[in-house]
Amino acid sequence: MTAPENGGAAKRPGARPLDFRHGRVDLSHGSGGRAMAQLIEELFERSFDNPYLAQRNDQAAFAVDAGRMVMTTDGFVISPLFFPGGDIGSLAVHGTLNDVAMAGARPTYLAAGFVIEEGFPLGDLRAIVQSMAAAARDAGVPVVTGDTKVVEKGKGDGVFITTTGVGVVPDGVAPSADRARPGDAILVSGTMGDHGVAVMSKRENLTFETEILSDSAALHGLVADLVAAVPDVHVLRDPTRGGLAAVLNEIALQSGVGMTVRERDIPVKAAVNGACELLGLDPLYVANEGKLVAMCAAADAEPLLAALRGHPLGEDAAIIGTVTEDPHHFVQMETALGGTRIVDWLAGEQLPRIC
Amino acid sequence: MKYIEEFRDGRLGANLAAALARDADGGRTYHLMEFCGGHTHAIFRYGVLDLLPANVRMVHGPGCPVCVLPIGRLNMAIHLAREDGVILCTYADMMRVPGADGESLLKARADGADVRMVYSSLDAIRIAEDNPDRQVVFFAIGFETTTPPTAIALKTAVAKGLTNFSVFCNHVLTPAALVGILESPEVQDGETVSLDGFVGPAHVSAVIGTKAYEFCPERYGRPVVISGFEPLDVMQSILMLVRQLNEGRCEVENEYTRVVSREGNRKAQDLMDEVFETRDSFEWRGLGAMPDSALKLRETFADLDAEVRFRLPERTIDDHKACECADVLRGVKRPTDCKVFGTACTPDTPLGSCMVSSEGACAAYYTFGRFRDQQATA
Repeated sequence: MTAPENGGAAKRPGARPLDFRHGRVDLSHGSGGRAMAQLIEELFERSFDNPYLAQRNDQAAFAVDAGRMVMTTDGFVISPLFFPGGDIGSLAVHGTLNDVAMAGARPTYLAAGFVIEEGFPLGDLRAIVQSMAAAARDAGVPVVTGDTKVVEKGKGDGVFITTTGVGVVPDGVAPSADRARPGDAILVSGTMGDHGVAVMSKRENLTFETEILSDSAALHGLVADLVAAVPDVHVLRDPTRGGLAAVLNEIALQSGVGMTVRERDIPVKAAVNGACELLGLDPLYVANEGKLVAMCAAADAEPLLAALRGHPLGEDAAIIGTVTEDPHHFVQMETALGGTRIVDWLAGEQLPRIC
Repeated sequence: MKYIEEFRDGRLGANLAAALARDADGGRTYHLMEFCGGHTHAIFRYGVLDLLPANVRMVHGPGCPVCVLPIGRLNMAIHLAREDGVILCTYADMMRVPGADGESLLKARADGADVRMVYSSLDAIRIAEDNPDRQVVFFAIGFETTTPPTAIALKTAVAKGLTNFSVFCNHVLTPAALVGILESPEVQDGETVSLDGFVGPAHVSAVIGTKAYEFCPERYGRPVVISGFEPLDVMQSILMLVRQLNEGRCEVENEYTRVVSREGNRKAQDLMDEVFETRDSFEWRGLGAMPDSALKLRETFADLDAEVRFRLPERTIDDHKACECADVLRGVKRPTDCKVFGTACTPDTPLGSCMVSSEGACAAYYTFGRFRDQQATA
């Protein structure tokens, strides 16, 4: 695939540059006029800096590889916008890259849509866009097209971002939530609950001190290593909203199986455990943004674990349980105490707006 | 944080399980009520039942603040929340409890009422300070554990001269609930509900002390072991009860010595006494109207009493016809005996309060333990 030549759009003469120190977004920034063109040029184009965007079309054109493609889209409405270990910008890139990667795919392009509330500080917007651009650059996946809308004050909450991603799946790789089979091993790539606790710690009404950072990260490199080692991985999922518990229950239902996991084998940081204890939360239900759950044939479990642990984002990976035959599709857990309980679907909401 | 894993240790759990298996007399059945929802939650969340001998049966008690609040009081709170200019502050568990006429605080909020979830009574004070032109009402519920914080909030409001803050007081008293259970016809007839002893409250006892339970062995011949909320606490307390019963002893023992004393927290007791007085009578879900079983604000704090300020009419409303929370709260029925358990009534669509709170017996059973019945019938 070749990128288009940069057309080098002409600069508008005489315009004062955007005031990122004191300026705020107003309705003109979304109106389609000069102010919008200036915002796109001085912020979005400059930050994302790629030849597709520089062509200033309402779409990006690119060649495609032969084979299967995947496509996904995700809206990000997190509060607060900046949290320990990340912000809505990096999260919007990582979240969508991870959804592409969970098909076993290599992500190729991203698109981004912004809904910005009137009055939002331009400096904060720049910080978010630059963080997003850095995340995309680190991942090697360009944001090739986008959209900006401004809504009246009170009709939004700072900024909402929607990202769309496409990617290419290698031949012979087809993980899917309906492919878990009795006897399969269940693995996680690292500690559970970091993101949700990091975000909670910065809530306006709930501030507490914690050293926990969000685990927000792009997982396609880890997935590439994983599918190279075990192409026939049956299931890949990132346990975001609802945490590990939600993902295991969804897969159990979609595959028509049950599951048994061992509490003592599920990695949870001591600080996350402590925060959850104080807040009355269960780390198994708390969101992650840089972890995956994998299921594979028992014989593939050790090679898959080795592949995960061989990558910097999978150092704490563990085999946590087994897929079982169960007409009720229960996810059961052997507790550290030595008893058994269900890990149920989440009822109601445990945490509001964490992604 | 230290001392989380330590009280959930599998090796110590196995030791206690072995001791229980050894000490429990195979010739009899032990019917033990865990009073608190916190104990019920721990029993199911950590799978404690798997470590108990089959002849040690746990009966779930009424110690769940959300569960025992009757619908009438909840609807009074919903009515308050819908008043113009009111911000109602509530502990999160109350949001989803179904009231009469399809009402709930969650629904009121969706309709535009300003209902805020708080973690502490002092959050409500802060909200009152931040909104001087609004009336901020704290929906106070709970046993003696949550009562001193409400007292602090009231005293803080007086000290700060906050005229827009008030409390809708629904605080209830643990010993009264124990009497209610022990005096209930199902326990009195000696057949319907067998009760050999109590796993006694943890945090409540930190406030009121173990002496508050001494009437239980003295007047009703039932031993009490005050127990922490961690699974090893609960198992140790069950073992202590089994040993009392085996040895023919009947007394109040304290397993939770790291927190609870005989006298309790005098400072908290004085604070409660300064701010509250007992009501002549209060309606409980499950236990009915009981004398001297709840608290109201003293005359000196009447200005801050939401029932006075908003002239709230007292309402009594029957539970949903199909709901058997009342029997579950008295230990007469187990959650799975209820006809709507797991069908019409689930944590997503609760009909009764016991299915809402994480301390409710039905919610704990449904969320953590319902595989047991499926295994039994499979």
